[in-house]
Amino acid sequence: MTDSSSAVAVRMAGINKRFGAVLANADVNLRVLSGTVHGLVGENGAGKSTLMSVLYGFYGADSGSIEVFGQPARIRNANEAIALGLGMVHQHFMLVDTLSAIENVMLGAEPHVLLRRADAVVRAKLDQLMASTGLRVSLDALVGDLSVGDRQRLEILKALYRGARILILDEPTAVLTPQETEQLFDVLARLREQGTTIILITHKLKEVMRLCDHVTVMRGGKVVHECPIAQASIAQLAEAMVGRKVNIGRQGDALATAGEVVLQAKGLALRDAMKVTRLHGLDLTLRAGEIVGVAGVAGNGQSELLELLSGLRAPDAGHLQLGNEGFEPGRWLDPRRARHLGLAHVPEDRHARAMVMDFAAWESAVLGYEEQPAYSRAGWMLHRRMREATAALMERFDVRPRDVSLGSAKFSGGNQQKLVLAREIGQAPRVLLVGQPTRGVDIGAIEFIHAQLRALRDAGCALLVVSSELDEILALSDRVLVMNEGRITGELPIAECNEAKIGLLMCMTESASERQAQTVEGAAA
Amino acid sequence: MDSELIGALLASTLRVATPLILCALAGLFSERSGVVDIGLEGKMLFAAFAAGASGAAFGSTSLALLFAMGSGVLLSWLHGFACVSHRGDQVVSGVAINILALGLTVVLGLAWFHQGGQTPPLSNQVRLQSIWPGAAAALQGIPFIGPVLGDGLLSHNALVYAAVLLVGVAWWTLYRTRFGLRLRAVGENPHMVDAAGVSVIRLRYAALTLNGLLCGLAGSYLVLAQSAAFAPNMTAGRGFMALAALIFGNWRPVPALFACLLFGFLDATAIRLQGVSLPGIGEVPVQAVQALPYLLTVILLAGFIGKPAMPRALGRPYLKER
Amino acid sequence: MNSSLPLPRWADVLLMPILNLVIALAAAAIVVMLVGQSPSAVMPVLVKGAFGSARGLSYTMYYATSFIFTGLAVAVAFHGGLFNIGAEGQATIGGLGTGLVAMWLSHKLPAPVLLPLMLLGGALFGMAWAAVPAYLQAYRGSHVVITTIMFNFLASTLLVYLLVNHLKSAGDMAIETAPFGPAAHLPGMHEALAWLGIEWPSSPLNISLILALLAAAGVYAMLWHSRAGYRLRAVGSSEGAAAYAGINPKHQVIIAMGLSGALAGMVGMNEIAGVNGKLLLDFVGGAGFTGIAVAVMGRNHPVGIVLASVLFGALFQGGAEVAFDVPGFSRDMVVMLQGFIVLFSGAMAYVIAPWVAVALHRFGGGRRTAQGAKVPGASLG
Repeated sequence: MTDSSSAVAVRMAGINKRFGAVLANADVNLRVLSGTVHGLVGENGAGKSTLMSVLYGFYGADSGSIEVFGQPARIRNANEAIALGLGMVHQHFMLVDTLSAIENVMLGAEPHVLLRRADAVVRAKLDQLMASTGLRVSLDALVGDLSVGDRQRLEILKALYRGARILILDEPTAVLTPQETEQLFDVLARLREQGTTIILITHKLKEVMRLCDHVTVMRGGKVVHECPIAQASIAQLAEAMVGRKVNIGRQGDALATAGEVVLQAKGLALRDAMKVTRLHGLDLTLRAGEIVGVAGVAGNGQSELLELLSGLRAPDAGHLQLGNEGFEPGRWLDPRRARHLGLAHVPEDRHARAMVMDFAAWESAVLGYEEQPAYSRAGWMLHRRMREATAALMERFDVRPRDVSLGSAKFSGGNQQKLVLAREIGQAPRVLLVGQPTRGVDIGAIEFIHAQLRALRDAGCALLVVSSELDEILALSDRVLVMNEGRITGELPIAECNEAKIGLLMCMTESASERQAQTVEGAAA
Repeated sequence: MDSELIGALLASTLRVATPLILCALAGLFSERSGVVDIGLEGKMLFAAFAAGASGAAFGSTSLALLFAMGSGVLLSWLHGFACVSHRGDQVVSGVAINILALGLTVVLGLAWFHQGGQTPPLSNQVRLQSIWPGAAAALQGIPFIGPVLGDGLLSHNALVYAAVLLVGVAWWTLYRTRFGLRLRAVGENPHMVDAAGVSVIRLRYAALTLNGLLCGLAGSYLVLAQSAAFAPNMTAGRGFMALAALIFGNWRPVPALFACLLFGFLDATAIRLQGVSLPGIGEVPVQAVQALPYLLTVILLAGFIGKPAMPRALGRPYLKER
Repeated sequence: MNSSLPLPRWADVLLMPILNLVIALAAAAIVVMLVGQSPSAVMPVLVKGAFGSARGLSYTMYYATSFIFTGLAVAVAFHGGLFNIGAEGQATIGGLGTGLVAMWLSHKLPAPVLLPLMLLGGALFGMAWAAVPAYLQAYRGSHVVITTIMFNFLASTLLVYLLVNHLKSAGDMAIETAPFGPAAHLPGMHEALAWLGIEWPSSPLNISLILALLAAAGVYAMLWHSRAGYRLRAVGSSEGAAAYAGINPKHQVIIAMGLSGALAGMVGMNEIAGVNGKLLLDFVGGAGFTGIAVAVMGRNHPVGIVLASVLFGALFQGGAEVAFDVPGFSRDMVVMLQGFIVLFSGAMAYVIAPWVAVALHRFGGGRRTAQGAKVPGASLG
């Protein structure tokens, strides 16, 4: 693709956007040339989704300017964005399952009051579009019957039908099979040939290298790298994406000597309701006295892994050995059994899982353990004991305010997390699963929580920590697993971790065991 | 089974089914847009009262219809105000409307007419008459189809035919117009409709307005065609039966029509079956026939006859999330 | 609900219900005035009729008894996250159960053995009638609101069928059973008080009131002091958290509805065992729906439910007195008021909340807290 297309489709300058204490976009500049595919790359929380939300009118920037096709633009809502020629395909499709594909495209922009007439007009235009772009969707099929790939094609058609000249795609290949991904790439290439500008939000560097003309890398709300693809390499991009000093906040102790195996999972496979494979036969071993960190961009199977191991969900295939008990898909673990076997779980979703927001602290503090003799007897809850136990937990974990009667919803995020951790750690578990331990937690509490986790490890517990903050993984773990697309792509002892390796592993699409010829150093046995 | 019996059964089926059809169509629009409507009973009752009161006061059929439809719309908008504009619980609101209508109709009726809550009987000028009064007699002589056609099909008043026609209109509106497309969408995925730039609230209010108009027609039928005056609680659960018919018809206009006809037929035969022994079953108690509509609806909901196609966003207030 | 200013807890629990009640009363008063009556003439008569005499009070409490049962039933289901509109049908079938036990055993067993059995029969029958919709919701996804409405109708037709065809005494025109033996009779309050040497006028009020109050205490204990109640409330509040805790939501649906049905089934002890002494049609008389109003007003808390039940009982009794004394006034005005109460306290409960919050903050001296800091107690209830 020659670089003679000098027209700038989108220019964003000096974009700042703050959400409360978080600066999601800090002085971000973006220049997208017309008729090119521009990759916007970064980890979770890097700010790329926020930036595109600003462009599409979901949020207003705090400061900065936007130009679309050379004209200054104030984009206050999605309709204004569409009017300027912007179209967005979200990660979660905005479709009505019970209507047909063509009805979904029409909705809101029907050319005629009578559907028959509208249908004729829209169908003609769509046939044209489908022919020129190569996007084929069965227009009369019900969306509920369409595959995920088809639905995505429909979303793209929808955007193009509304006259999008600039197409923003948010993690489009997250839900696609490899064949569907190929098809999507063909479509995007054709669109580019026709002069459509495409912005691709993704963390998959291989795709970026293949498809994009230019790439912008964001990290921590800032643009850290920007170049034409011809001048980039995967390694370079990975480092930019992930790049940080290793061993920030690392406590001095070297490899903890790990003990016996307490949890072993083999071949965990899971497909979700849309038949998309979330886990591809994963193997995992946890030993007493170690912290295993799972690194990787969120949405690559980590949440599903935690749900399987904690008993919230059963896999399609695989075996789990927890202590002396083995579990198969037909008779899988359930959360109660898991607790009996000494497995505790700090869920990723604090609000919907970890606590009952309507309960007071002293009631949330026994969630999952209400049948223990410490908390109930003969079917009756022992209120005094529950309150005393909660007060003790709050004291030990410095939960503020020290009010056991306060509603769970009224504690700050950090204190809620401390309470949940207090509850789970207070059970002296043999295995602790932790999802996003410090998400939404203020700085002061982060160190405290990390210290608690290390103390638990030192006491002999086996911990599995999932976090989309690589800093945290590197600070806590003895052993790091990297997950991508439902596979563990690599495993490294902490001493051998560096940003280049981890970044690369985050982009791998084969699991460590599938990769024979690679020479990622220190692949753990 | 002679044709006279068939004709008579057909006639009473249609007569009983008409208010059910109108009410079911009202519920159709509301529920397809995502708003639960338990208040069909109350709206129909209040509309019946409005028709009876204004019919007696003004001696005009059209005014009676107007007041009936107007009061239906007002109550529907009240429901909308509580649930769509303010996200109150839709079931509680429906229950409130039912109780309110029950009391208010009698209070007003007593105050205005002093007849124990009833409205004065309406004269034949005001009440709806059959469109072809001579048809039944004229066709009597023709063997087989005479009574069926004459008595069964042609002896009815305008509202009966209007009800069946309205089913067609409802179908056409729902499946052939832009408004209907948006309505169907908003009951399944209001976020999608919002993202497409269409106002969810406006759509739902439009649906509720149609709902009110149809409830008004249903209520006025009771007073202008069935009886001659309003009596306290005269709907006697028909609003709920209409809801059952709507659900049994899987929230679609034509199946709902058939459900109403079925339920009307059951009602028409219930009395006639008393004392009659059916082969293989024995004597069928009238209550069993009365219970059938509700039983069938439960069986449908349990998924034993086909899959229930409840609008996915039904009952959930719409919250703009970002 | 988007109030940018939060309501303090006391306002949410106490002020809002009172305000909503006042609005409902005002709306009813407007209608009363529109039809040419005077609300100010009516109110004193109503209050006096409900509370002013021992007999009036008794009637008030007699009505309240049934409302307490149905209100508790609706509330228990709400705490489990379900809307039980079927209390009317469950009360009907429960009463059937009570009546059946009485019919079969009232001449064979003494009262102290029979009455508990009748209670058990009522509770079990009511529980069973609620369990079917519960099962359909939990395991087949059928919407419990619609199925319970259907079951209400099925209950009344079933009762009619049984009474007409099987249970009514032969040769009798009235659709009711023969009177039960004296052992099946729950003593009236006046009889009970007479044992204690207190004179009290006779009325339908019977000791099932004590049963109702015990039930309220029991529901309180169950919901907030028992493990079963803990789990029920968890599921009703947050299905995700309950699943995380290992609580099976399907089981909880059945338990919540079963308990709810059992409570509704106890209405039979008031109406059948306490008052009528025989099984008859429509002994529930709409108490199932009033129970919804009571639960909504009482914020699903047993104390609130008892108070709201007394309020509605007073409306019923006072309304009857007013219908008697004041020309042009009828009991339907009470029904209308009931409708307004359900509307304003139930469906539109939070419509005025933003204005109330603003008013409170303005007059409360503006307890503005620093951004992010939490002041215990000053928050959304």
